Amino acid sequence: MKFVYADNAATTPVSQDVLNAMLPYFSEQYGNASSIYSVGREAKTALETARQTIASCLGAETNEIYFTSGGSESDNWAIKGAAHQLGCKGKKHLITTKFEHHAVLHTMQSLEKEGFEVTYLDVYENGIVHPEDVRNAIRDDTALVSIMYANNEIGTIQPIAEIGAICKERGVWLHTDAVQAIGNVEIDVKKQNIDMLSLSGHKIHAQKGVGALYMRGGIRIPNLIDGGAQERGRRAGTENIAAIVGLAKAMDTACSHIAQRAARLCAMRDRLIDGVLQIERSRLNGDRENRLPGNANFCFEGIEGESLLLLLDMAGICASSGSACTSGSLDPSHVLLAIGLPHEIAHGSVRLSLSDQNTQEDVDYILETLPGIVKRLRAMSPLWDKINR
Amino acid sequence: MAYSAKVMDHFANPRNVGEMEDASGVGEVGNPKCGDIMRMYIKVKDNVITDVKFKTFGCGAAIATSSMATELIKGKTINEALQLTNKAVMEALDGLPPVKVHCSVLAEQAIKSAVADYYRKQGIDPTPIVGELHEDCEACGCSI
Repeated sequence: MKFVYADNAATTPVSQDVLNAMLPYFSEQYGNASSIYSVGREAKTALETARQTIASCLGAETNEIYFTSGGSESDNWAIKGAAHQLGCKGKKHLITTKFEHHAVLHTMQSLEKEGFEVTYLDVYENGIVHPEDVRNAIRDDTALVSIMYANNEIGTIQPIAEIGAICKERGVWLHTDAVQAIGNVEIDVKKQNIDMLSLSGHKIHAQKGVGALYMRGGIRIPNLIDGGAQERGRRAGTENIAAIVGLAKAMDTACSHIAQRAARLCAMRDRLIDGVLQIERSRLNGDRENRLPGNANFCFEGIEGESLLLLLDMAGICASSGSACTSGSLDPSHVLLAIGLPHEIAHGSVRLSLSDQNTQEDVDYILETLPGIVKRLRAMSPLWDKINR
Repeated sequence: MAYSAKVMDHFANPRNVGEMEDASGVGEVGNPKCGDIMRMYIKVKDNVITDVKFKTFGCGAAIATSSMATELIKGKTINEALQLTNKAVMEALDGLPPVKVHCSVLAEQAIKSAVADYYRKQGIDPTPIVGELHEDCEACGCSI
């Protein structure tokens, strides 16, 4: 049976190049980067080379990159750190959006319990924040603005440069969760006035459990992880050299041919979108133009997302859904609700996310398979009967 | 979250899917906002459920519990059908993940709703026989 992995926004396979780059660091160059003997020094060199690579991908200075365990840790560190650093100076207000990843939203909620006030900005029907809303929300006591670079479910790309300019003008720090955007859009933290940026390895063909936080030089925030003197005393824990080397390799690959890769992916994605929208009573979620090259997110009226995913899986297609049944809760995705979809339509969503490893044949197979599955579920749906009546 | 092989079988090959034009009773429970609607059709002859059909909008567990519930009441007397509990449906499916238990409650309610409709069509008040119905899925507890 054909197998199509179309859930690259969830995670990606480690690429062969990344794996090859990592392999020597498991049992040959296994040293602790803090040790003074040669295998330790080799590890330290690999660590600092990786840091340099990542910094240059972002337009940052090498000493502005801190390795972490991934996107969630980076988000927690940046947001809690900024809040705690500035909160004691009376800045107890934070700004974010309604459709952030839970690593940001739940961090914000945790800070609300500590007494911080959080403004959750609207993202409108197309899933894009209005920079003017950011300007209007900033107050004298605002500590941080945290707005994702691109949304993980609907793929919409946010006007980060415009928001960065506003934050700079008002003297407020800007953090962005760029986990989905890295390697898909050109990012220059200096030009875009980004003060902190979270990234993760496993969305760009590195392994799970490794990521980084870019923190502009001069920003001081308390540590999230205390312990040894790694990462210049700001993030303790023996560095995972193999993972970090893999992350750097993945970043280098992803960031070196962004325009070419994006053009190829956009062409496949657009064909997918046009084909799927032939299905009656279907809709594309999120802005059609300002979206990640590999992201397509649809709703089909009258059916429920989990059933759709199970049938796609039986046909060898891996996808994900924002339906309640797949979220482990009883409510559909907060992202789909934030763009104004009613519950009953949000339940019928599916996200197909492509990567460099997908082919036009994969798109063909999805387009051959998906309409029949939607039809099959609608044929047994009393809700579909009502919609048609 | 993982489904049992039986749940997957009933989801992939649901039994008794469809509609019934000359149904003796039709019940519908659930709510599109919650993401589950079950409609059940029964045909009753001499107090026995001779045929049953269903249509369900919902997740894998919702479709599987509907399918299993129809199998469990087919050929049974109305009294036997009314005694079918959500627990029995779950057991017949070799269990459900905790977050999906409400689907089996809906299946139980769908049967009761169809039987109540049957009694109403006979001019009989179903409440003393069937009990209070929960047709709008209070059991599922979603925050709408």
